[in-house]
Amino acid sequence: MNLMSIIITVFAGSLLTAWVSRFGRLQAAWVAGLITLAALAQLLPMVPSVFAGNTHIEHWAWFPSVGLDLSFRLDGLAMLFALLILGIGLLIVLYARYYLSARDCMGRFYSYLLMFMGAMLGIALSENVIQLLIFWELTSLTSFLLISYWQDREEARQGARMALAITGAGGLALLGGLIMLGQIAGSYELSVILNSGDQIRAHPLYVPMLVLVLLGAFTKSAQFPFHFWLPNAMAAPTPVSAYLHSATMVKAGVFLLARLFPALSGTPEWSYLVGGAGLMTLLVGAVFALFKHDLKGLLAYSTISHLGLITLLFAIGTPLAAVAGVFHIINHAIFKASLFMAAGIIDHEAGSRDMRKLNGLWKYMPHTAMLAMVASAAMAGVPLLNGFLSKEMFFAEAASAGSHLKLGWLLPAAVTIAGIFAVAYSVRFIHDVFYNGEPIDLPKTPHEPPRWMKLPVELLVALCLLVGILPQATVQPLLEIASAGVLQTTPPDFDLAIWHGVNIALIMSVVALVGGGLVYAMRLPLFRLHDEHLAPRLQAKAVFDHIMSALFRFASALTRALDTGSLQRMLVLFFAGALVLGVGGFLMGGGPLSGNRAMLPLDPLSLMAALILIFGTLAVVMSHRQRFTALILIGVVGLVVSLIFVKFSGPDLALTQLSVEVVTIVLLLLALYFLPQSHSAESPRWRRARDLVVALLAGTGAALLSWAVLSRPFTSISDYFLANSVPGGGGSNVVNVILVDFRGFDTLGEITVLALAALGIFAMLERIYLPGPDADAQGRPWNWDKHPAVMASFARLLLPLALMVSVFIFLRGHNLPGGGFIAGLVTAVALIMQYLANGEEWTQDRLPANTHPMLAMGLLIATLTGLGSWLFGYPFLTSSFGHFHLPFIGEFELATAMAFDLGVYLVVVGSVLLILIYLGLMHGASHRPASGKEDYR
Amino acid sequence: MIELALNIALTLVGLATALTFWRLLRGPSAPDRILALDTLYINTIALLVLLGIVLGNNIYFEAALLIALMGFVGTIALCKYLLRGDIIE
Repeated sequence: MNLMSIIITVFAGSLLTAWVSRFGRLQAAWVAGLITLAALAQLLPMVPSVFAGNTHIEHWAWFPSVGLDLSFRLDGLAMLFALLILGIGLLIVLYARYYLSARDCMGRFYSYLLMFMGAMLGIALSENVIQLLIFWELTSLTSFLLISYWQDREEARQGARMALAITGAGGLALLGGLIMLGQIAGSYELSVILNSGDQIRAHPLYVPMLVLVLLGAFTKSAQFPFHFWLPNAMAAPTPVSAYLHSATMVKAGVFLLARLFPALSGTPEWSYLVGGAGLMTLLVGAVFALFKHDLKGLLAYSTISHLGLITLLFAIGTPLAAVAGVFHIINHAIFKASLFMAAGIIDHEAGSRDMRKLNGLWKYMPHTAMLAMVASAAMAGVPLLNGFLSKEMFFAEAASAGSHLKLGWLLPAAVTIAGIFAVAYSVRFIHDVFYNGEPIDLPKTPHEPPRWMKLPVELLVALCLLVGILPQATVQPLLEIASAGVLQTTPPDFDLAIWHGVNIALIMSVVALVGGGLVYAMRLPLFRLHDEHLAPRLQAKAVFDHIMSALFRFASALTRALDTGSLQRMLVLFFAGALVLGVGGFLMGGGPLSGNRAMLPLDPLSLMAALILIFGTLAVVMSHRQRFTALILIGVVGLVVSLIFVKFSGPDLALTQLSVEVVTIVLLLLALYFLPQSHSAESPRWRRARDLVVALLAGTGAALLSWAVLSRPFTSISDYFLANSVPGGGGSNVVNVILVDFRGFDTLGEITVLALAALGIFAMLERIYLPGPDADAQGRPWNWDKHPAVMASFARLLLPLALMVSVFIFLRGHNLPGGGFIAGLVTAVALIMQYLANGEEWTQDRLPANTHPMLAMGLLIATLTGLGSWLFGYPFLTSSFGHFHLPFIGEFELATAMAFDLGVYLVVVGSVLLILIYLGLMHGASHRPASGKEDYR
Repeated sequence: MIELALNIALTLVGLATALTFWRLLRGPSAPDRILALDTLYINTIALLVLLGIVLGNNIYFEAALLIALMGFVGTIALCKYLLRGDIIE
């Protein structure tokens, strides 16, 4: 069994769940439950070994050159979290089965839930911190999906967006922090990071790194001032809230604090930053929880407060405080999950969550009431329940930490105030809902939920009691091993007894319990105070919305300022910028312009070609307002350029240039039909003069740079490819070997993009019919003869010859100029020629215009060739070749690269045909044939 | 002997190329220019074949072959445009 397979099980289970949901609603729930059980079954065999003190680390090299490996870690802390995530996850699966109504899609819910579970497990079990971050971001994304599960509700969409914005921004900060941490420690592996705490704390970049990491942790665990996303996220279905608030999501933030505790803690910066945020969060959460009339709102603010408590414990920084922090993570997960489920049951069976309406439910659902009351008492910290034990440890730690500080009494005092409010809102949860008169116009008559919906709550409440009454027998071993995981040493001795005698912590507890009761008794004036003075001024959501809309305004103003949509402006800026940078760089570099390379002899033919190129280019510029003339002149320029390639030993380039040239002419002609044939100058004279100056300067600069490069001796990487082409790729045409072998992966990506572009163009052009002109530029009507016979016959005759050329170029491409790309262009041109000369109807009778299968085949062949090398144990796209002998034909060579090249060929043919044909078919709205026959599409 | 013949041929073809290019620039009508471009293709083919013989390099012949093929298609497309405007119909 290994750790990665646990995570893969859950993620694969997510897909499986989505798939089985088509066979019925409940199947998804069953499969999700079984998947969670399967993951637990893989984890449990490792538990005894972790209890024996071992740390499991698994390692797969993934991207070793930059220190990125797939590595997983199972120690006490990771195991605690994995057990919480899977254990509570299983209960959530069971609960949600009864919670979701018939209108909700079960498959989608459970699929998202499992995805989220897998991402959380990934955080808990990661050894590499960059990998941890990837899972971290996955939890942000999947929680977005879960919170917005009821997509038709405005508040669900808003809450999900807010959660994603806050946690996503925090994740970005965390990425920066973790990269800095990895650079400081010299490794991204936790084993190294956790053991180099002194080095990290002494580093000059410690503070910025700490701030970034803490931003990540605080946004995730809803610490003040980022706390407001959590109450807004309760628009999610209640099972999701129960999961997010107890074992996952917000716990990821405190998990990170615990995980990096040995590496980062123990400095004043840590204490003040973490402690300040923790204390503020503790107080703000506890106070505001009391004023929420929504059951889930109360619980959400209480979660914020408890997260602040845990954060504060880690800030105190003593080993015993860390133990208390871990203990409270466990306890909070247990009672908060059960409380949310109870709130969900109440909502489900009474139809409301408003505590001003919910009263006296004891009579209607005594069983649920009993469970909720016990859990709520645990939240308040009542003795004999689990919350009491960790809260007592917390009080003791706060008191002893305060005794070292100036004005140190403030800390225990603030903590006690938070404790008072915690008791007050817990009492409100019990008294306001289950007693306090009769329900006020509820939509339904409340009743007990189905048997199995209560089971998860019962189990969790039983745990609250067991841990609270018999801590040594139940939670102590787990707590010890998890604390050892946090501290990375043996934890200090601690005593989980219920009675420690009368000490400061007990006094604080008693004060909190009594004070909480008093505050609750005075709640009505307090509510009024809150409604009149606090609530209108403290609207975190409004502040957030304001910031977001300011951000959007700024971004769109910036975009509009930079991009006015004017091509001329962009080009002037671009060329002027390039000029300034280029000239400046050259002047500051101070090198001579000319190199010392000997000049090649000049022959008259080359001179003539150069002159044709120069004058041809000038003529294109001069005639650019007469578009058809300019197009013909471009043909000349392309021709001369390909001649230059031939002369300077670039035959592959020359062949490609020639083929691309024709495809370009056809493409431009197709577009030109729908465009004005000529246009007049629109810019004012001064702007044209300015553009001319910029263009001349930029052109001169480019020419001088080319001169500087060409007149120097130049060595490049090409020697390597020249030397390795035959031994490594089995071909003597270096260009082709680079394309299909050395850089095969790039080529695969490129043909994929090409196919996508073709399909995109197809999607845009299909069914578009544009009106075209009835007459040419001089006003003469079009000729009646659509397909002159001479042209048609010659084009048909030429087809087999052209195809033969293409096959020839393809086959010998590996050793001599050619290859799949050029062959594909030649084939495409040969087929397009039939469309030109014989027309769409004639050609499509013989050759279907739909080239989608060709694209698919090409990509499939290329990918399968790449995958094929896996069968022989080589990396993706390793090519092999061999020489074979056949009678008559003689010896010949076969390389797997040729199959890959075939894929390239098919994609090129398919893309070019698809684009050109559908561009040509746009004419439907005009241009009736001379015969009057309706033979167009 | 063959060298002399090749040199004369290259000079003549070069001259023809220059004159054709002049016609391409002058025009005046679109068919003139298309015809000039097509002739330029043919001149280039001749030039490449001659150079292939001079330098003893087969690659020149293949470039010539491709120009012959592609030039024809380019000319068809340009002519079809003059004829009907819409080249694929």
